Amino acid sequence: MGFFLTLVLLVASLGLAWRYLGSYMASVFEGRVHWLSWVERPLYRLLGTSPEREQSWKRYAGALVVFSGMSLLLTYLVLRLQGHLPLNPQHLGDVGSALSFNAAASFVTNTNWQNYGGETTLSYFSQITLMVQQFVTPAVGIVAAVVVVRGFARRKASAVGNFWVDLTRCLLYVLAPIAFVAGIVFVGQGAVQTLAGTATFHDALNGVTQTIARGPIAFMEAIKQLGTNGGGFLNANSATPFENPTGLTNFLSIFLVLCIPVSLTYTFGKMVGSRRHGVALLAVMAILFGSVLAVTATAEHQNNPAVAAAGVHSSVGNTEGKEVRFGDTTSALFGVASTSTSTGSADAAYDSFTPMGGFGLLVGMMFGEVSPGGTGSGLYTLLIYAVIAVFIGGLMIGRTPEFLGKKIQATEVKLAGLGALVMPIVVLVVTAIAVSTAAGRAGPLNHGPHGFSEILYGLTSQGNNNGSAFGGLSGNTPFYNVIGAIDMLLGRFAIMIPAIALGGVLARKDVVPQSLGTFRTDNTMFVGLTTGVVVIIGGLTFFPALALGPIVEQLSHGRFF
Amino acid sequence: MWTHLRRSFVMAVLCTLVFGFLYAFAGTGVAQLLFGYQANGSIGPNGSALIGQNWTGRSWFHGRPDDAGPYAANPQKNVSGGDNPLVANGVNGESGATNLGPRSKTLVADTRALVAYWHRLGVAHPTPDLVTTSGSGYDPDISPADALVQVPMVARATGIAPSRLRRLVASQTHGPQFGFLGSSYIDVLSLNEALARLRAAGS
Repeated sequence: MGFFLTLVLLVASLGLAWRYLGSYMASVFEGRVHWLSWVERPLYRLLGTSPEREQSWKRYAGALVVFSGMSLLLTYLVLRLQGHLPLNPQHLGDVGSALSFNAAASFVTNTNWQNYGGETTLSYFSQITLMVQQFVTPAVGIVAAVVVVRGFARRKASAVGNFWVDLTRCLLYVLAPIAFVAGIVFVGQGAVQTLAGTATFHDALNGVTQTIARGPIAFMEAIKQLGTNGGGFLNANSATPFENPTGLTNFLSIFLVLCIPVSLTYTFGKMVGSRRHGVALLAVMAILFGSVLAVTATAEHQNNPAVAAAGVHSSVGNTEGKEVRFGDTTSALFGVASTSTSTGSADAAYDSFTPMGGFGLLVGMMFGEVSPGGTGSGLYTLLIYAVIAVFIGGLMIGRTPEFLGKKIQATEVKLAGLGALVMPIVVLVVTAIAVSTAAGRAGPLNHGPHGFSEILYGLTSQGNNNGSAFGGLSGNTPFYNVIGAIDMLLGRFAIMIPAIALGGVLARKDVVPQSLGTFRTDNTMFVGLTTGVVVIIGGLTFFPALALGPIVEQLSHGRFF
Repeated sequence: MWTHLRRSFVMAVLCTLVFGFLYAFAGTGVAQLLFGYQANGSIGPNGSALIGQNWTGRSWFHGRPDDAGPYAANPQKNVSGGDNPLVANGVNGESGATNLGPRSKTLVADTRALVAYWHRLGVAHPTPDLVTTSGSGYDPDISPADALVQVPMVARATGIAPSRLRRLVASQTHGPQFGFLGSSYIDVLSLNEALARLRAAGS
């Protein structure tokens, strides 16, 4: 009952966000929101640009790549020099080069994969530097999606917008205000926010002396979820009460994770002048999300096979690795929200989910994270799939396909094909490398199929910029640090750049008037076709790998490894 | 390229200042002003209400077995145990789960060891929460059912009537927020503090 009401509240609040946040974001990117123009103007002067000076898609993508490279370099340097920088009350030393590279690549790609335990590795200065990327990278993802949307919205245009202006507006008008308000709620509920360092106390009742890690956690938590980042301050992420203290903050986390990716479909509909098209994309997301949630929530409500084998049968689901204040199904909902977006935060140990529960989380990522996907990346990846669906639909009825009046021709299909195929190829190749080398096979904690699942999960997560883990994998080795960083960088930019190019190519085209023979792209048929494309490309590509991991584990009745 | 580099550098530095330091410092200021107790870790006289502790013996209610049986701290073997947010009784640790998979032989063996651990304490039918570990490694809470199965153990050790203890458990139970968000839970530290007051009043 509680779970049902939680879902009702979630759908209702996301519906409100979809309508109002979606419309607000359209206004922001169409330049109609000005309440912080007194901050914007001097900034543009400093950068030597202005909203009127728009860029071609190549210059836009160039600025995005150079800016991301600069962020990578500065973040890397801060981690390497941590021991010499201020705000380091625990006197932690410099971070090693391979780990710094992995962490910098991880936060610059919106992945937030963490091969370190935050409270024992990073100073407040480093954590705050990583948090900067938690603001910047969702903004980068959103502006890339906005370019694709403008590609459909504009006619015969060579310019797609100004990267610096879009980035600034996204940060100032969308991310910062929402994160700040959410941060206050997190603190009010019990999340920690202090710069005072650790605290030590003695419990006279049981004689325990504890030193607890503290830090500026609550406000990082807000942007961690809102920006679909997922990298927490503490090792155990949102399972720790200092990051996620109550049922309310757990719900707020799930809402924050989903609100921007969901709302962007409204932004899309509004900017291209057809809300029905936005609703169609939202329907695809909802169908995929609902299916994965049904699998994982049902699975987590079952007994943990190992616990049952020890003679303890549960009416409260799989409790291993879960927190009492959240419970089984709500932890499953959190997990699905986190892995169907590019978030990767965790309020439970995903490694200890039942085989089918973990299967759901993996599938959410293997769909390419489009249900609803990361901030911006969810929308542009789904639009890539939609272009492929239009192409297939066009082949079926035997005429040049159109999407929102734009002819989908060879160039568009090539770019979409590239965007859709990069992730599966990268993930499967790096997984094959990891299981073929001794360094890769040294990673997993668990034996048998679950050990393989840990490798597959880790590299799928990084290739999709998710960042969640089957935490048993020991990732802090030179092998996993480097291969993971490559996985993350390709998974981010080798999809984002074709997407921006697609936007640029589409923007140049004129709109073809609709006729009776036009293949409709805003009806149930098209929703089904696009869903099918996602399932076929994502699901079938990965099916053999899934069969070796969670599926064989599920079928291994009575066997333990 | 040069323009991109210059703008990237300026933007990256400004973002670090505004969305890093200004945001974190302003957030800390607001947090300390409005919610000082929470922002500093909800720390009372015996520790933080949000961080689990290791309770031993039969005269206290125990939390999740993050630090019990096979998961107990062992400085000789460099095992920190759970309930260890950074340092606990001189042993270093951090937050984290066991990460044992659902078909792990180790998890079967550990769960059996925990069942035996509860049997030794006199709890005949430990609940699932009491034989599995948490996601954070220091879950401060147990469910009402987890507390009720420990009532006979605590009653025998302290001499307090089981009915009185059950009332204590009921009074310490927090329902789901707004009636439906999350699960019912009991904060183990608060429960034991209330138990200590009851014992002091009785003796």
